[in-house]
Amino acid sequence: MANKNNEALKQPIWVNNPVVVQILGICSALAVTAQLKPAIVMGLSVTVIVAMSNVIISLLRNTIPNRIRIIVQLVVVAALVTIVSEILKAFAYDVSVQLSVYIGLIITNCILMGRLEAFAMQNGPAASFMDGIGNGLGYAAILVVVAFVRELLGSGKLLGFQVIPQWCYDHGYMNNGLMIMPPMALILVGCIIWFHRSKNKDLQEK
Amino acid sequence: MSLRNYLDKIRPNFDEGGKLHAFRSLYEGFESFLYVPNTTAKNGVNIHDSFDSKRMMIMVVIALCPALLFGMYNVGYQNYALAGMLDQATFWNKFWFGFLAVLPRLIVSYVVGLAIEFTVAQWKHEEIQEGYLVSGFIIPLIVPATCPLWILAVAVAFSVIFAKEIFGGTGMNFLNVALITRAFIFFAYPSVISGDSVWVVDHTICGLGANLDGMTAATALGTASTTAAAPAFTMDMVWGFIPGSVGETSVIAIALGALLLLYTGIASWKTMLSVFIGGIAMAVVYNQWGPDNAMAAMPWYEHICVGGFCFGAVFMATDPVTSARTECGKWIYGLLIGAMAITIRVMNPGYPEGMMLAILLMNCFAPLIDYCVVQKNVNRRASRLVKK
Repeated sequence: MANKNNEALKQPIWVNNPVVVQILGICSALAVTAQLKPAIVMGLSVTVIVAMSNVIISLLRNTIPNRIRIIVQLVVVAALVTIVSEILKAFAYDVSVQLSVYIGLIITNCILMGRLEAFAMQNGPAASFMDGIGNGLGYAAILVVVAFVRELLGSGKLLGFQVIPQWCYDHGYMNNGLMIMPPMALILVGCIIWFHRSKNKDLQEK
Repeated sequence: MSLRNYLDKIRPNFDEGGKLHAFRSLYEGFESFLYVPNTTAKNGVNIHDSFDSKRMMIMVVIALCPALLFGMYNVGYQNYALAGMLDQATFWNKFWFGFLAVLPRLIVSYVVGLAIEFTVAQWKHEEIQEGYLVSGFIIPLIVPATCPLWILAVAVAFSVIFAKEIFGGTGMNFLNVALITRAFIFFAYPSVISGDSVWVVDHTICGLGANLDGMTAATALGTASTTAAAPAFTMDMVWGFIPGSVGETSVIAIALGALLLLYTGIASWKTMLSVFIGGIAMAVVYNQWGPDNAMAAMPWYEHICVGGFCFGAVFMATDPVTSARTECGKWIYGLLIGAMAITIRVMNPGYPEGMMLAILLMNCFAPLIDYCVVQKNVNRRASRLVKK
């Protein structure tokens, strides 16, 4: 049992990553990764919401009538998203303004419904919790990597602190404006997928 | 034939197990650049036109030479003109100044692009592909002569890897590699490729030229997008004595290249002609019913002569890899490029030059156009069969 929980936690972080293998949650990965800080907050929010909703749905899984399961899942997720959104507004107002609608849109993030349908409806609460944490962290890891590159090359900063010294700018270095735009995030996610496939050969398509 | 003998002599070094095996692709690239490879097909009967892609690429490079040479001269001319020293400068002063300003960009473009091509060829155990010969020549012609070298290097690396190699190399790219380089610079480092301070080299090079302190010259399109009236049409716009990207200014030099491309049949006259028809028609439409701005009021002949319209129509839209391939599709593809380029110029003041975006957009649609044309033909013939 412990082994299974371990697997549920570890698998989605790299080998079965929700973003680069299942290609879920791409929209928010493009939208919130222009800077590192909102990306980290977004990653953590999704992790908490997936884990909690997985546990709740897993506990309810035997009592939910099959025909209305989607609406029950949505109610649970919507409630959790609202709680997280309110907490962010109370304690991290700046970031919640930066993230704007994207916190609310976690409801529509495919990773959530995907995990609820594919995992929590069939497994116990402990395994579901681990699965939620694993998928959330897998999502967060990709966001952080993309945001790291985008903020470093796009604004010369990390977490809002100037990293590239003024000396470079004096000698003709310029921030890459394309990094701030969403298309570059898509290209960076593509690069991560490229790297991922070259390490996991069984995922390569013939 | 001593060079041939020398190449044969050093060949074993590059074979499997030789000490220079890591440079095999470099050796093969230069060998097939200098001589026709003597490998032949092993099975079946193959008839090859001797007009192979190597000769085709060389022809395009020759066709680009007038634009490059005139562009070099114009870079010098613009510098001296802005300094008010035109009467003191000789022809060769201007040309050498421009030559020294443009040459580093040509070298950077080729070194970075070919290095990536050679590395990929070595890595995938393939032969070097010729495609970059032309792209590498076009890239310095479509950026300003002041473009910083490191930015050019980054842009070339980006476009060769992401627009070409990941799709499988020469002939597999669906977007024009040279235009992606320019688009990358345009979106990533807009300050080096737009505005009014980048089009004229503002410092002396090896004692030639003049230092221009703060003196700037906008392109005709730049002026038209920011002021109430477009600059009046002059013959300089046809000859090319106006500020702009290196190779795009002279209609005459581009026309010489176009003649060669059309004579050798490399570029499709349908694509080229329809780009001009689309552009002219759209310009006339905006003259009549367009919004109230300087760009819409610009007469069609001026729209054609300024900016990159001619260069794009002759050298970029006709790229055989990224353009439509069906005969009817070429008309649709060309008309839409011309119309779209003028539309972007008129409707979006943020992008005074619409040619780059228009061609890239239609590159994306070329496969769809071809598909529709082929399907239409299939349906027409199928219905004829049913009628009988």
